[in-house]
Amino acid sequence: MKAAYKVAAVPDRVGLETLKGLAYIGGLARLAGEAAYITLVGPFRGQRLRPQRAFHQAMAVGVRAIPIVSLISFFVGLIMALQSAYELQRLGAIQFVADAVAISIVRELGPLITAIIVIGRSGSAFAAEIGTMKVTEEVDALETMAVPPVAFLVAPKFLAMLVMVPCLTIWADFMGVMGGCLFGVAGANFTFVSYLKATSDALVLHDISTGLAKSALFSVVITAVGCQEGFSTGAGAEEIGRSTTAAVVNSIFLVILVDLVFTTLFYITNRV
Amino acid sequence: MSESIPEAGRPVISVTDLRVNYGEREILHGISFDVERGETLVILGGSGSGKSTLLRTLVGLEKPSGGAVWIRGVNIAQASAREMDEIRKKMGVSFQGGALFGSMTVGDNVALPLREHTRLEESTIEIMVRIKLEQVGLASFEDFMPSQLSGGMKKRAAVARALALDPEILFFDEPSAGLDPIIAAGIDELILELKKAYAMSMVVVTHELASAFLIADRMLLIDRGSVIAMGAKKELADSTNPRVRQFLDRVPEPQVEDELNYLQMLTEDRKPRH
Ligand SMILES: Nc1ncnc2c1ncn2[C@@H]1O[C@H](COP(=O)(O)OP(=O)(O)OP(=O)(O)O)[C@@H](O)[C@H]1O
Ligand SMILES: [Mg+2]
Repeated sequence: MKAAYKVAAVPDRVGLETLKGLAYIGGLARLAGEAAYITLVGPFRGQRLRPQRAFHQAMAVGVRAIPIVSLISFFVGLIMALQSAYELQRLGAIQFVADAVAISIVRELGPLITAIIVIGRSGSAFAAEIGTMKVTEEVDALETMAVPPVAFLVAPKFLAMLVMVPCLTIWADFMGVMGGCLFGVAGANFTFVSYLKATSDALVLHDISTGLAKSALFSVVITAVGCQEGFSTGAGAEEIGRSTTAAVVNSIFLVILVDLVFTTLFYITNRV
Repeated sequence: MSESIPEAGRPVISVTDLRVNYGEREILHGISFDVERGETLVILGGSGSGKSTLLRTLVGLEKPSGGAVWIRGVNIAQASAREMDEIRKKMGVSFQGGALFGSMTVGDNVALPLREHTRLEESTIEIMVRIKLEQVGLASFEDFMPSQLSGGMKKRAAVARALALDPEILFFDEPSAGLDPIIAAGIDELILELKKAYAMSMVVVTHELASAFLIADRMLLIDRGSVIAMGAKKELADSTNPRVRQFLDRVPEPQVEDELNYLQMLTEDRKPRH
């Protein structure tokens, strides 16, 4: 009886959760839209952009992430080389290892790995920073000073991320190729120059630009989720932990979802 | 109830039958009062009586569920963003916990409203910051981070920030709560000085009786979300209302009644009794 009741309630629950999910994404879109407006349109309407704050964010988001992004993407490039060499060797086509690494890194893994590192470093930090400010009434203080919190807190992050995440992605692509190159030189009869030549032959500009377009989209998603989670922090310190966790988990999910949608569109439009 | 807009010369703040909810629970049950230009109104009340909620509503952080708050002739619930910004530039708020920006130095905290709303040179701003900090006795703490200040110093820094734009109206939430008597007296002194020097209108929330009687022109006593007394110091001191007397004479709440009230508060959505 009770079980039947629970089963009958499942569609309701699914419906409710779907609506909540849509409302969440709607909120993200509104926040991102507002930040985009302030950053891209606002300056032409006499509203102030806060370049120092954006610069400060760009340092935190981009420059300080370079070591870890370099290391991880180098390793992933090497791993991709090892994995594909294993298959290619059996087909007697080990010389294609540069192509395999280049395409998988530039189209997919570079943007994705960069996004995940940025989520861990910056998305969580956004949520924690804004969440703390919410708990200590700093966000309220901004409002009473007629300083709009979105313009003051979100817009500089939005701008910094929009510039820095694609830059980090290019760097990650490069380091990934270097990782592949290490294997190519050590285990597949390439020289440094011939590996780079093979890589550049394998890639077309389109591969790089779609990767960058994706990473720009990811940066918007990560900023919006991190800041929205920060603003939705309730009262109390333990709430900050909840927001930070939610920011990381939701960002990873949404980045993968956006990646899937984008890649599917890319596949469909380029099939013919 | 007439909804006419008060003209210039009328009260700076006018609150009519204000009701505020947090979710389902009504916290303020129909509060009305005026604050005249240049006047200091002290809002007194026990812990949890709704003082901070009232103050947050006055500065536009909470939306009224009924009634209205008029500031300088504008109903803030219906004000456009632009009107609201204009009002906010003319008011300073010092929060119960200070609410200093933890990522900025004390000097930058005070400079923020100046940098945001004026086109002053950085050198001018620096001088103004120093003046404001001197005013609250924090002259040499410009480069300290808020986390390096004591509770009382944070409060004073928050006051300096609230004063940055030379506001017409100042809102203080518990300026001296949790401070030692000497510093608390210093803050009272500061409030009196500001009143004399700038003729600011002030709304000060507190539960410290001595300080209230020192700084107030008029007082408002709130109990569980309703006004139980309002008037000049003398009127309040001479009041015969038992709840007012209890508060002023510091009579503890009988334990049983307290618990019953508490239960009542938790279980029913309290409607105001007329
Ligand atoms: N954000 C909130 N959400 C829900 N209820 C709240 C919230 N803030 C305050 N309350 C409730 O509103 C009531 C009044 O709180 P308020 O902070 O206004 O009291 P107060 O008079 O300022 O007390 P204190 O002197 O301790 O600062 C309390 O019962 C409190 O539980
Ligand atoms: Mg309070």
